[in-house]
Amino acid sequence: MVRLERRAKPSALWAVLAPLVAVLITMCAGGILFAVLGKDPFEAIATIFWEPLFGEFAEFYRPQLLVKGGPLVLIAIGLSLGFRAGVWNIGAEGQYIVGALCGAGVALAAYPAEHALLFPAMILAGLAGGWAWAMIPALLKWRFGASEILVSLMLVYVAERLLKAMSLGVMKNPDGMGFPGSRNLQDYPSAHNAEIFADTGLHWGVVAALIAVIASYVLLSRHVLGFHIRLSGQAPRAARFAGVSPGRLMLFCMGVSGALAGAAGLFEVAGPAGQIGISFNAGYGFTAIIVAFLGRLHPVGIALAGALMALTYIGGEIAQGDLGLPAAAIQLFQGMLLFFLLAVDVLTHFRLQFARKGTM
Amino acid sequence: MDLSSIQPGLLIASLMVAATPILIAALGEMVVERAGVLNLGVEGMMITGAVCGFVVAVQTGSPLFGFAAAAGGGAALALIFGLLTQMALANQVASGLALTLFGLGLSALLGQSYLGVRPPSTARLDIPVLGDIPGLGAVLFAHDWMVYFGLFLTLAVWAFLRHTRAGLILRAVGENAEAAHALGYKVVRVRLLAILFGGACAGLGGAYLSLVRVPQWTEGMTSGAGWIALALVVFASWRAGRVLMGAYLFGGMTVLQLNLQAAGVAIPVEYLSMSPYLVTILVLVIMSARRNQAPGDLGRTFHSAR
Repeated sequence: MVRLERRAKPSALWAVLAPLVAVLITMCAGGILFAVLGKDPFEAIATIFWEPLFGEFAEFYRPQLLVKGGPLVLIAIGLSLGFRAGVWNIGAEGQYIVGALCGAGVALAAYPAEHALLFPAMILAGLAGGWAWAMIPALLKWRFGASEILVSLMLVYVAERLLKAMSLGVMKNPDGMGFPGSRNLQDYPSAHNAEIFADTGLHWGVVAALIAVIASYVLLSRHVLGFHIRLSGQAPRAARFAGVSPGRLMLFCMGVSGALAGAAGLFEVAGPAGQIGISFNAGYGFTAIIVAFLGRLHPVGIALAGALMALTYIGGEIAQGDLGLPAAAIQLFQGMLLFFLLAVDVLTHFRLQFARKGTM
Repeated sequence: MDLSSIQPGLLIASLMVAATPILIAALGEMVVERAGVLNLGVEGMMITGAVCGFVVAVQTGSPLFGFAAAAGGGAALALIFGLLTQMALANQVASGLALTLFGLGLSALLGQSYLGVRPPSTARLDIPVLGDIPGLGAVLFAHDWMVYFGLFLTLAVWAFLRHTRAGLILRAVGENAEAAHALGYKVVRVRLLAILFGGACAGLGGAYLSLVRVPQWTEGMTSGAGWIALALVVFASWRAGRVLMGAYLFGGMTVLQLNLQAAGVAIPVEYLSMSPYLVTILVLVIMSARRNQAPGDLGRTFHSAR
């Protein structure tokens, strides 16, 4: 008989070990999954995790690591603040879309004027768009107590329809011969979020993600606001006695996560994606939830988890082409990772006690 | 625009069909929440049910087997959630989200070779005498049997929670798990059973979408129905009768919106199709502003130290 006994304090060892063990178990389970699909499991796992980094065409894939990892980390950093404080913003996908729409809107309105300040203005618009979209659930929660989980999620579906309406309507490229989608911002120098060094994948969104990692680290470990966030999550009553206003903290967490998701959307639309289109959003807002948990809601952990998740995206694409692995298999793989992490995580807070039935 | 093309009788008939998937899923989730567990994975279980039901119905040619498989698939996914939250004591919000992400991936994988296939049609239940009533008969009594199963389930869940001993125990576990444990009730076992029931219901609701409502398999076809079902439980303040009322209200909204699209209202389709989500938010806001009627221990992890 196995019993769980609560540890006096969370195990520091398991806090670090849990994500690693979860990744290993996911690889094993993924191998079984790939074998069931009729692929060689070792080849599939090697294609996903090894090929993008050290394979024959790694030169080409490595920059993609930054391109895919940047938005994931940027969004996950914002989400992690809220998750720590018990604020569940799961509508980052919607905030990502609206941020992209606002930022691209500024660029398309200014077209074809060239100005050095256009790109900074777009970033501000992206931040503001994501922030405003996140403020809807935040204010409804604050004023009426409506669940921020459900409202923020409903707004993802609204944002997706807004994206469709925009790419078919107002933002449609007048020179696009009737095809849906906006002008390509990659052909508009002032608005283009170009790579800072050619062929490295390093665009301004990646820089923003790095800044967010550092800022969030400083906030959580050195600033009283970060302390309040951690306190609210672990002991809400104690936080209230310490003078933390739960409402204001919630508004702050929702606002920051929304703004960062909006910025991620802007950097994507002005850079790698290039244009507003019907299928512009690629699920980064949801994958970022996995990244935040896999990184233990810790800034450095999130940066590493973002890189790993980016790797599975790229590896998954290679496996699709080379091995004919279905795209959904990778999505399933990512979902499994979160499951195993949550399961292994029990060891951080509890100790397993093996006891014979009689002694209980 | 031609609003006269919208017939009230047809509207009611189609709203009963539109309401059924979210009704069944929401009833299941309500029982889970009454037991004190918040399972946010309804969307994932629904879509898994949708694909399991579709695949089995196409393979066997029998919708009945399809629905049975859908219930099984939903329950199997719910079991993962149950083990995570009840045995490994994982966070319920995170586990529910994981369930949804996992379910979306799993369903896309299972259903990839079934795109564009037509499922066998589900039999209509032509109720002999009532169905012959002119006008009313065709509107209310000539649907497929799942519509009536949804109504029956509402009644059954209501009676179970209200009038049986097991229902009382389930509610006690949800209101105060510590007290129920002290009285000797098996909190974890009750919650696991409730979670399995919720999963089976979500699976059935999903299969209704893929086998009857649409009827086809496409990736991500539930498009938020599971989340609407979750909102419906809040709307209904955790009561079976109000779940039915709410589901018909949402069904009505969806159908009316589709009818307005067909009638050619001068609003683009994209904006009209936002309406179910916006109405959900509106309803959540109105209901949440009232007194909190949620079960006492909703979403709290239970761990007996003794």
